[in-house]
Amino acid sequence: MTAVVFWVFAAAAVLGATLCVLNRNPVASAMWLMSTMFSLAAIFFLLGAELIGILQILVYVGAIMVVFLFVIMLLNLTRATTDLRGSGSIGATVVIIGLLLIELLTLWRYTPARLAADLAQAPTLSDPATVFAAGELSRHETAVRGVVGGLAGPLFQVYLVPFEITSVLLLTALVGAVVLAKRRL
Amino acid sequence: MTPEMKGFLLLSVLKMLFVFTVVMIGVAMLTLMERKVSAWMQNRLGPNRVGWAGLLQPAADGVKNILKEETYPAQANKWLFLLAPAMSFIPALLLSAVIPFAAPLPVDFDFTLGPLGRFVHHGLMPMVVADVPVGFLFVLAISSMGVYGIALAGWSSNSKYALLGGLRASAQMISYEVAMGLSLIPVLLMSGDVSFGAIIRSQQAGLWYVLPLFLSFFIFLVSGFAETNRLPFDLPEAESELIAGYHTEYSAMKFSFFFIAEYANVVTVCAMVTTLFFGGWDIPGRWDEQGGVLQTLATGGFFFLKLMFWIFFVMWIRWTLPRFRYDQLMTLGWKVLMPLALVYIMVICTAIYLIQHVAGITDPRLSALILFGVNIVLGILVFGLLDSGLFIKGAASRRPQTFEVPG
Repeated sequence: MTAVVFWVFAAAAVLGATLCVLNRNPVASAMWLMSTMFSLAAIFFLLGAELIGILQILVYVGAIMVVFLFVIMLLNLTRATTDLRGSGSIGATVVIIGLLLIELLTLWRYTPARLAADLAQAPTLSDPATVFAAGELSRHETAVRGVVGGLAGPLFQVYLVPFEITSVLLLTALVGAVVLAKRRL
Repeated sequence: MTPEMKGFLLLSVLKMLFVFTVVMIGVAMLTLMERKVSAWMQNRLGPNRVGWAGLLQPAADGVKNILKEETYPAQANKWLFLLAPAMSFIPALLLSAVIPFAAPLPVDFDFTLGPLGRFVHHGLMPMVVADVPVGFLFVLAISSMGVYGIALAGWSSNSKYALLGGLRASAQMISYEVAMGLSLIPVLLMSGDVSFGAIIRSQQAGLWYVLPLFLSFFIFLVSGFAETNRLPFDLPEAESELIAGYHTEYSAMKFSFFFIAEYANVVTVCAMVTTLFFGGWDIPGRWDEQGGVLQTLATGGFFFLKLMFWIFFVMWIRWTLPRFRYDQLMTLGWKVLMPLALVYIMVICTAIYLIQHVAGITDPRLSALILFGVNIVLGILVFGLLDSGLFIKGAASRRPQTFEVPG
């Protein structure tokens, strides 16, 4: 049953992503990207990660894609003309797609069992295996500490430093964007 | 499929039918209520020709809208133009599935229904279609989808008024979503959980959150008005400047879908206010906590009363306040409500820490009362500042213009 639902949403995600790239109309592209995000959120739900799934919808579908749509509407883009002209850019495209394909093929060999074995052998900052051991512990955490607590615990206790560094990175990007966009500060 | 699962499915289907029917009929009756309330406030009669006291007016409107001609503007993007009403309609209806509307009902049955097999259910049935563990985050996420319908309608209509309305709506809804999300963090701090069930239980143990978290309630209510595009924030459809904003080009049932979505959103926001700040289906006092059918009926009725009060409140505001100017709307969202919500989160965090860890008070009711005291002080400060015209300047605060009369 779960597998059927997974394949439905996985197919929808891939279809949405493909149509997003192939569509000439930027608004339609944005809508297909949104449907991809939605399917990904559904897959998170299937994994028992309700909070991440709902944050996927809240952040990507509800905020980021709306800003995309807003910009597209504001610039009034009607039909995208392709920038892919000439042998140089086509060559670059082929190289990028090839790299992505190799990445995918490598990931294909990564079974859950191998992932767990790798994580168990390499103790890092704090052993991730304690957090991700086949999803059992995260499920247990959710049952004990609620949906938010199960995620907030690792994020704000175990991985606090990486989390703060990421937020500083995002803040830097934000300030940089404002500095670049404003001619006179 | 096990008999228990079949019983669960049967109950879920029944609850879905019930909630969907109630919401659809309710939305139809709300259009009548709005017209009656406005008439009453303007000393008119309102619709009173179709049916007894105009009760069949919504049905007549529905029939009219179905029979009207469907028009498509020239050069409009037809698929997106068709998709837009659905995109605003579906999220609006989806939200009614997660709001608990009564105390859990004890349901016990065990029967066999011909070829369908055996159905079993024992124990309490939560009176909500989907008791999602992510609670109000689900509502925030899905209600943020509503902006797509409006933005798409504005863009695909190929009309400048619709486009301006769509742009305004998306900017406004993104801005106020921030304040709305931040205003709910104190609720999370008080209850420790995002699910509606836990929030209602926590309010039953302590006080209704409107007292200990009054400013949160205020910010949520104001952002709720902005999110549903209701007056005083109905700039996306400001009829005096944009004709009808994003749905200018829509006719017949497609137009009506936008209206159903708007009223369904009003119902959801009012249900959220009721559940998060007014105890949901909770009745003050202890007698309602015995369980049983009577409790479910009484709490359901009480929830309905609270919900109707807030819906009436929304209409009351609509026919009382004038529309904001667009720069005032943005100033209110970004420069007043968002900083206010952030400061309020810090104050509540500190207060909860002091109450629970320094003073060592664990009784939920007492700590809620102390927070209520903090809120009275904060409320006087905040509303004193807001009222003095420091943040939002109206026409009165500007220098009066003088005109020379020639001759």
